[in-house]
Amino acid sequence: MSDMAQHDNLFGWEEIKKSLMVCVWFMFLTFPVMVIKVNTIHRTVEWRWERMFFVGIGAFFLSFLWRYMIRRKEAGIKKAEIEESSGLTATQKLLKNPFFSRPAMASAAIFFIAFPMIFSLYQIDIMTTALIYVVVALGLNIVVGLAGLLDLGYVAFFAVGAYAYALLNVHFGLGFWICLPIGGALGFLFGIILGFPVLRLRGDYLAIVTLGFGEIIRLVLENWNEFSFGPSGIANIPRPGLFGMDLSLHQNHTYLYYLMVALTLFTIFVVRRLQDSRIGRAWMALREDEIACQAMGINKTRTKLSAFALGATWAGMGGVVFAAKTTFINPASFTIWESVIILCCVVLGGMGSIVGVVTGALVLKLLPEYFRAFSEYRMLVFGMVLVLMMVFRPDGLIKSVRRIYRFEGLNRGGEQR
Amino acid sequence: MKPVLTLSKLTKDFGGLRALDRVDLRIHRQEIAALIGPNGAGKTTLFNCITGIYAPTSGEVELVLPDGKITRLNGLKPDKVTTLGMARTFQNIRLFQNMTVLENVMIGRHCRMHAGIPGAVLRNARTRKEEKAVINDSYRILEDFQLEQYVNEFAKNLPYGAQRRLEIARAMATEPLLLLLDEPAAGMNVQETKELDELILHLRDKEHVSILLIEHDMKLVMSLSDRIFVVDYGRKIAEGTPEEVSRDPEVIKAYLGEEADA
Repeated sequence: MSDMAQHDNLFGWEEIKKSLMVCVWFMFLTFPVMVIKVNTIHRTVEWRWERMFFVGIGAFFLSFLWRYMIRRKEAGIKKAEIEESSGLTATQKLLKNPFFSRPAMASAAIFFIAFPMIFSLYQIDIMTTALIYVVVALGLNIVVGLAGLLDLGYVAFFAVGAYAYALLNVHFGLGFWICLPIGGALGFLFGIILGFPVLRLRGDYLAIVTLGFGEIIRLVLENWNEFSFGPSGIANIPRPGLFGMDLSLHQNHTYLYYLMVALTLFTIFVVRRLQDSRIGRAWMALREDEIACQAMGINKTRTKLSAFALGATWAGMGGVVFAAKTTFINPASFTIWESVIILCCVVLGGMGSIVGVVTGALVLKLLPEYFRAFSEYRMLVFGMVLVLMMVFRPDGLIKSVRRIYRFEGLNRGGEQR
Repeated sequence: MKPVLTLSKLTKDFGGLRALDRVDLRIHRQEIAALIGPNGAGKTTLFNCITGIYAPTSGEVELVLPDGKITRLNGLKPDKVTTLGMARTFQNIRLFQNMTVLENVMIGRHCRMHAGIPGAVLRNARTRKEEKAVINDSYRILEDFQLEQYVNEFAKNLPYGAQRRLEIARAMATEPLLLLLDEPAAGMNVQETKELDELILHLRDKEHVSILLIEHDMKLVMSLSDRIFVVDYGRKIAEGTPEEVSRDPEVIKAYLGEEADA
């Protein structure tokens, strides 16, 4: 019944009027670009009126589609409010169902293990890069998704890790395996260094300061020639060794790939445990309400610093692997744009949801590589996807699920599952 | 009567405005005290000074622990104050909206837990035990407050009265000596207010906490309180049992205004 009413409404005269307005407006807006063409050779002006017609038709139908989607979403929200007790979307239910999730996990595992045997070196390389972003995005997820601290300079910690490995290698000849924990530790340390000045800040102010911090790190690396070799960067960074064996190029890349898979699994393991712990709950409480969180006996300073530090640790480690993989780094790899991309991985994937963030990072790093043919339109599509996602799915691809506790027998001393 | 909280000459200035002016206050163990006064009298400011959200300009705030030890609270951070044994609710409900009801109470247990980062990652026997205990404790608290049917609901989806109850439950989870309630009955209907009345009495008699509450519902205040403090313009103008206070000319003046030709 209500569906019918909605349908009628969608194709009512009011709606058609709205769409007509949109279409006229778009024809007017695109008129100079789409219709007028100055032919410089013949010195004439061409009027391509048929194009205006297409723009009009397109705008008319897209505006219908847009409003239909908005309605669908609103109806979805209403439905969700009614069925609040279940509170799970279809994807979440699918992920929870063991009949789906177990085979899915198994096939994902087989896929990732078999990946280097099936695909080319180029593909392996792309996947390794994507996995680095997965690790880094999972780190940022702690800061943004769990603790709710908007960090726009996150790539600085990535740079810290990468430069830590490169410089320690150049000056002291330290190898990859020693530098990996050092990179993580330096990330941790820089997380605290950034954390202290921003303890009192929140929201927009915090975002601006972290943005500044990210730029400071990049500018220091760019201009302090004696320390970081300036814009020319550091080349010939060795790839990780395997018990001193000589590896061919292909073997080396495969090795790095497996290493990255292991690091990703390790990250997921640790982040999951942190999320489900006393500290994880404190982060979420901090995100929800800072004053109430303090009034409940949570040390705000320590909680904020731990979020920054533990988030930055993964960026540090990711940076070390990044330097080892590309064997060359310079400050241009660590611009604000990278921070934005990592943040997009988190937001598009689903803030606070580990599966979501992993998916987000893989999608955002892999799709552009596979659609290289359309690389000119990459930014256009990216922007459009961002807008559409935020309008229609603000919770990201895969929404975070709250842990559900079951108590057998509703009497005292209930057991939880 | 042994005290649990004493304030002496507590003063708070906001720039040129004196929000609290040399307030002396003493809350006894296991008593229900009410703090009343017209809007803007400084009641919530007093709460904020006690709980460490504001630092008092001068004066003393002292908490008396069960073993008789006196701890000065001036300048301590809110989380430290809570850990020492004081919990509060807020005038405008401040629950963790996007966390479940159980998690809200678990956050209250936070300051009585010890697991750190290594414990969280390694999940050793001690952490597992602590985690299990906190889940069961929290569930028991929810049962006490008749909130167990909402265990896995998001806090934001609860009915208003249940949200108020949950805020008290969350505060009680921190095991306070003194519970501060900022307008607990605001927006409640008659039935809900009656239940709240019983709940507060239960907390005093069964959980043995002292309670200081700010409230505008005079019927509730008069029936519930052992003693009442009245503040106006940042000063304490009266204190005593409900009967004494309701007869006090200063109080009547503050509430009803001064007569033109007194």
